[in-house]
Amino acid sequence: MVPLSWYLILAAFLFTCGLFGALARRNAIAVLMGIELMLNAANINLVAFWRYSGAVTDLAGQVFALFIIAVAAAEAAVGLALIIAVYRKRKTVNVEELDLLAG
Amino acid sequence: MPIEIPIPTVTQVIFLVMALFTAACGLMVVISRNLFHSALFLVGALFGVAAIFVLLEAEFLAVGQVLVYIGAIATLIVFAIMLTRGMMRGRTSPMNHVSGRGALGALVFFVALLAFLKKVPWPEQAQAIPVDESLIAGLGDKFVTTYVVAFEAVGLLLMVALIGAVMLARDR
Repeated sequence: MVPLSWYLILAAFLFTCGLFGALARRNAIAVLMGIELMLNAANINLVAFWRYSGAVTDLAGQVFALFIIAVAAAEAAVGLALIIAVYRKRKTVNVEELDLLAG
Repeated sequence: MPIEIPIPTVTQVIFLVMALFTAACGLMVVISRNLFHSALFLVGALFGVAAIFVLLEAEFLAVGQVLVYIGAIATLIVFAIMLTRGMMRGRTSPMNHVSGRGALGALVFFVALLAFLKKVPWPEQAQAIPVDESLIAGLGDKFVTTYVVAFEAVGLLLMVALIGAVMLARDR
């Protein structure tokens, strides 16, 4: 049997990768991909905690993970639509050049 | 005195292979220079997460992950890359000007998480899943009883988000 901590370490690494991608990438689509990685890492944690908890038939972890998948789908759709709309207006998706709201 | 290395079981070997694959793909997503390669590595990482779900005996989630993430979100991302291509030509680095601080912050975060993980005695063994009960049927049951309000809210959210996405991306 795989110890729970192995899953948690994998999820921590994936989350860190996603965090770095969201913070450091120049392209807005790459930032969105980093966010998807972070959501997946959270999902691994939820399902692993569900599996290793005492109440396997309670299924709360799986239900939460499914809700996260649904919310991630909504987030990706709106995010990519925003990126395409911005690209149409500004001809760029470089997050460094999108500083319209910067003071 | 020779150091005793514990012999991994078959499940552990499968987990290690899938975890290494997922982690490598996840790392390549964020450091790959070519955005299209990033998207392909993202598909690999999402597939690895689906395999991890199978190992955790959450088969329905694994199928949902493949359908929603790889089937829909990855396709959407590839479409968005195609539609906005050409603006990154001539650039040498895919990273922005705060990438150094971003890397440092992410590294500190990872080390802090590991330090926290070491402190807690996590369970080594999972509980056995009762064989006489269908977990997928239980999942469906939970969605229309305990979590019915949240379920409806997510349905509404998805509909509003998709209509909003169409409105935003529409050519006016």
